[in-house]
This record gives sequence, C-alpha cells and structure tokens, in this order.
Amino acid sequence: MKDPTPRGRPLATGEKGVIVYGILSVLLVLLVVQLWLLTATTNAWLGGDDSVVLPAAVASLVCLGLNVGLLFHIFRLE
Amino acid sequence: MTEAESPRTPDGRPFRDQPRWRRDFPIDVAEDAYVARRDFAKYVVLVSGAFATGQVSMLLRSALARRAPAPPRLRIASVVDVPVGGAIAFRYPADGDPCLLIRRREGEFLAYGSECTHLMCAVLPEVAKGRLRCPCHQGYFDLSTGRPIAGPPRRALPTVTLDVRDGEIYATGVRLESQ
Ligand code: FES
Repeated sequence: MKDPTPRGRPLATGEKGVIVYGILSVLLVLLVVQLWLLTATTNAWLGGDDSVVLPAAVASLVCLGLNVGLLFHIFRLE
Repeated sequence: MTEAESPRTPDGRPFRDQPRWRRDFPIDVAEDAYVARRDFAKYVVLVSGAFATGQVSMLLRSALARRAPAPPRLRIASVVDVPVGGAIAFRYPADGDPCLLIRRREGEFLAYGSECTHLMCAVLPEVAKGRLRCPCHQGYFDLSTGRPIAGPPRRALPTVTLDVRDGEIYATGVRLESQ
C-alpha cells in the first residue's frame, strides 16, 4: 500500500503534540516503575536484604536508558 | 494575517473573534502545549535519572559495606551492672549507633539497636510487658526478637550479638532482620 505521508514531510505541530503525548505516557509509566523499584529496594536494603539491590539497579538503569531514548526521539521531531 | 496563518485558539473560534487581549498576544495553543509537554518530558527524564542514581548509590554502598571489616568485639558492661528486668544504653559498633542491653531474666541478655526503624526515635524497653515501645508514633517491637508487632515500623531492630563470659558482657556483631 502506498504511504499517504510523503517521507521527509515536516510534521505539523498538532501531529507532534500527539506523538509527545504518547511518549510522555510511556515516560510516566517507566518513572512509576522506577519509583516503585526505589522504594521496594530501599525497604529491603535497610532491612538487611541486599540481594535485590543489583537486579533493581540494573532494571532502573534500563528504564533510564529507555527514557533517554524516548526523549531523544522527541527532539528528533524538531 | 490571513485566517490560515492565524494562531489556533483554545476555544476554536476564529482568531478575529477572540478578545482583544488574546489578539494582542497571539499564542498558538497547539504550539504552546507541544513545547510545554516537551519540557515536561525533560523533567520526567531528569527525575528518572535521579531515581537511577539513588538505586546505583545503594548498590555502591552495599558493596562497600560488604568489604568493611567485621565489627570489633566490645566490652559493654559487667553482669552485675545490669539489674534483672532493667536495661543500659551503649553504643555499638560506632559512636553514632545507640543500642540497649536488656536483662530479661537472671541469665538472659538481649541487645538491640535503639533507633526505631520507622523514623529513628529512641525506643524504650518495657521488659515486664515483653516489648520495646517507640513513643513517637506508638510503635512496638517484640522483646525476644526485635521484630515489629504494632504501629508504623515495618522492619525489625538490628540485633546485637552478645557473648557473656566470666561475668562480663561483650558485643560481637550486629545482625539485621534477613541475615
Ligand atoms: S519513629 Fe518510632 S514509631 Fe515512628
């Protein structure tokens, strides 16, 4: 099927706004996941259980990586 | 300005029908919303970075704590210094770690860190009732185990391991709940 949008056409502000809203919702979900990881890990760690600290740190860094990637995607819309 | 070029308005009515103040400051609502969301996304990523930093600092601190030497063996008191049903305060392993040594029965000694695991108030022993009480928010800990039994605290008090030898009481280490 032929792509109705010619490649390289600059996006209209309204279209960019929709994309930013979509990306923003994913960012917020990832942020809530990170917040949950941080509180759960802090609680376990202060209680003397440090077995979860490494996997939680890795998961949090993965979320950060995704967030940074999505932010770059927003700036590529310019 | 032609109708096509004029900024989009919040209520969707044509630009020329907008109040005077809006015509004087012709802000395009879609553009404004886009920039605001984009900037908000930046702050979200900044906060995400802060969370990840907190997580990594916890990882580093637990790695450092694992390498730290075991706490020293420290004489706390003589057996005769602690009355049956009474308690004395001491600091272990560092000067900033207040603890309580409790003599529940003739030959039974217990020691716990005395900072409440809720918000660090000092806990008070209630030996006759078999519990430690935190007066700040009425938190209670079991005297035998240090585990929380009522109120806001969710984690047990750190247990100080003891060695009673030749009438002297020594602290030999600190054990956290899950260890
Ligand atoms: S500080 Fe102990 S119950 Fe809140």
